Amino acid sequence: MITHNTLVVVLGCAALGVAAGAVGCFALLRGRALLADAMGHAALPGVVAAALLGAWWGTDPRALPPLLIGGAVAGALGLWAVQALSATGRIRQDAAIAVVLASFYALGVVGLSVVQAMPAGAQAGLSHFILGQAATMRAEDAWAAGLLAAFCLASTVALFPRLRALCFDAEFAALQGLNIRRTDAALMGLILLVCIAGLPAVGLVLVVALLVLPAATARMLNQRLPGMFMASAALGGLSGVLGALLSAGHAGWPTGAAVVLVGTAFFVASLLLRRA
Amino acid sequence: MTAFLQLDFAPLLAAILAGATCGLLGSFLVLRRESLLGDAITHAVLPGIVLGFFVTGARSGLPVLLGAALAALLAAAAITHLRRVARLEGGAATGIVFTGFFAAGLVLLDVTGARSVDLDVDCVLFGQMETLLWPQAEGLASLFDATALASLPRAVFMLAGVGLAVAASVAALWRPLKLLCFDAAYAQSIGLPVRLLDIALNLMLAAAAVAAFEAVGSILVVALLVAPAAAMRLITNRYNSQLLGGAGLGAGVAALGYALAGPLPAALGSAHAVNAAGAIGVLAGLVVGAAALAGRWRRA
Amino acid sequence: MAPLSIHHLNVFYGQTPALADICWEVPQGLTAIIGPNGAGKSTLLKAALGLIPSQGEVRFFGTTLNAARARIGYLPQRASVDWDFPASALDVVAMARTPRTRWWGALPRREREAARAALAEVGMEALAERPIGQLSGGQQQRVFLARCLAQEADLLLMDEPLAAVDAATEREIIKILQKLAATGRSVVAVHHDLASVPDIFEHALMLNGRVVAAGRVADVFTPAMITTTYGAGLAA
Repeated sequence: MITHNTLVVVLGCAALGVAAGAVGCFALLRGRALLADAMGHAALPGVVAAALLGAWWGTDPRALPPLLIGGAVAGALGLWAVQALSATGRIRQDAAIAVVLASFYALGVVGLSVVQAMPAGAQAGLSHFILGQAATMRAEDAWAAGLLAAFCLASTVALFPRLRALCFDAEFAALQGLNIRRTDAALMGLILLVCIAGLPAVGLVLVVALLVLPAATARMLNQRLPGMFMASAALGGLSGVLGALLSAGHAGWPTGAAVVLVGTAFFVASLLLRRA
Repeated sequence: MTAFLQLDFAPLLAAILAGATCGLLGSFLVLRRESLLGDAITHAVLPGIVLGFFVTGARSGLPVLLGAALAALLAAAAITHLRRVARLEGGAATGIVFTGFFAAGLVLLDVTGARSVDLDVDCVLFGQMETLLWPQAEGLASLFDATALASLPRAVFMLAGVGLAVAASVAALWRPLKLLCFDAAYAQSIGLPVRLLDIALNLMLAAAAVAAFEAVGSILVVALLVAPAAAMRLITNRYNSQLLGGAGLGAGVAALGYALAGPLPAALGSAHAVNAAGAIGVLAGLVVGAAALAGRWRRA
Repeated sequence: MAPLSIHHLNVFYGQTPALADICWEVPQGLTAIIGPNGAGKSTLLKAALGLIPSQGEVRFFGTTLNAARARIGYLPQRASVDWDFPASALDVVAMARTPRTRWWGALPRREREAARAALAEVGMEALAERPIGQLSGGQQQRVFLARCLAQEADLLLMDEPLAAVDAATEREIIKILQKLAATGRSVVAVHHDLASVPDIFEHALMLNGRVVAAGRVADVFTPAMITTTYGAGLAA
């Protein structure tokens, strides 16, 4: 019934979901949900640039690690751009995020049209980063996703008290001696990590949902942070599994779309449950 | 001249119309700190477009516009509802709604079989300016020939229609909209129909998103919506300049971006043109960056 | 005909009652709404103006809110506005004249003059063209007061008009309020500074989720009533 390939994909998406749920819990509480959107979109030109460089140097343009590193660099640049624009004081963060998201993505689109002119059909693989295509996930990618999940879980657990203080009342925490900037930076780093890792599987348009949906659902069902955290990670993993299975069953459904729909179903269910 | 008219005139006109319309509406988003609503609506219209297309088989036209408008209103209502009921902060509510709608749209693309026919995801994401051709053009005279003009691509007419409607509505509602942006609670207290104005704005946004998506793709509509307005925010302190400047800058960026996408690569020796919508988006971002620097330099 | 009369008003935030069974009639003159934090003072004004949902009956000058709108002015708390908005002081005050004019085209000269006159009343005429982001806190509050005045209302509802302004601005605003009362208008103001109540206001509503007392300041603004309103522990 379930082929080896499908199993790989399902496990990979599960791991990704767990990582996203764990990190997303704090991203939601800290109000950073849409920064994840900006980072995801901003990663595209980095991915394309890495492919171009790879083609020029002669390496395999479809190898994942260099593409993801390129994406991470571009994502971090996008984050910097958002902070810089907000710092002008005339543009609020929502406008800064929208400008960065759209213009970096546009740069990526320009790059894609350049790559299109090149041989080796690298472009088809690249545009999968937009909507995701977990079906092409290989065993080593699933392992990498598993490692990522472990790392994110470990980090969030290790940083738990600091993250909790940061999210609840940053000013008070600062007075008590917490280094806000470093903790914030750590959180942004984890968000970036999850976004980039999620690109091949669910794509940049929908990766923000990976972070927000499980966390928002968990929030409805839990009044206290430890419960919310565990529920978020679990729901993320579950959405990943079910989404991957759905997408495997329907060839025309991008993985990202399937995972998001499952996650949304959970969210709506929790909304209704809470009211009942 | 004929080659220009046949290949470039329609896309250029579409780009300028999209830029002007979105540039005008964008100021309302930026002033109300709802820039991401533009992002949300451009994604959320997808299921509406797919269903409208499924019903009629036409990629642009009234059913698509209606489907998109309905989807946009539903999405905006869902965001407001979630913020209130689920106590989610704005960004999270927006993110959940637009990704949910967009994902539903992607699945609908497959389920309705729309993809195999004419509407595909690439079109939605990147736009298809290059396909806006005007084969009946022959020389400058065509610009004044009614029959030739009538054969311009439908997308251009839709953009022109929506652009005109938006401009007229904004002009007619000039002062109430200003008040709505500045202090909605006060506006309500003096008896302005705040909820209706809100709906009107969302409808205009949806119409612009749909009309422009065929030209520049859904995600780049966000660039045209927010960047010209954000740039004007950095430059001017006057409401009229903000609004009219946003429209003008939007049109200008669109035109310049389109021009740079074709001739520039050619000048650099490449035989291939660069995606025009992408070029416009990049230029829009650069303009904001330049405006930010100019503002800082002026203050220093 | 009372400027504002409220019968059995109830306001809920979710399941919690914010205001319970409020019955109150506003007299002519200057009235203060007094109570601790969370007493529902702002809520009362917003509910009366239909800005938040409520149950109960609210009548202005004997008729409904919509019929009486032209006679009601509102000065909200300053927090909700974006001070970077591209508008001058005059622009903001002119917003009060919107219901009287067509919605498009340039503002008629008569309306601009009325806006200018309102700015002059608060001593801000010289700063009419200044962008609001460049005004001080006290100046911003005065602009908002001018906007309220420009509505030429018979009843003014003000939410903390004297909050966070410097002493000079405070004195000016008090003078304006007293002049309004002298010309037969009615002013209801949420007020936080207990010490100044007897100097400024003639009437008071003591509020804490419900009406504790209402009437002339001399009658209801007593130590006993204050203690009841604020709960024990408030030093006289």
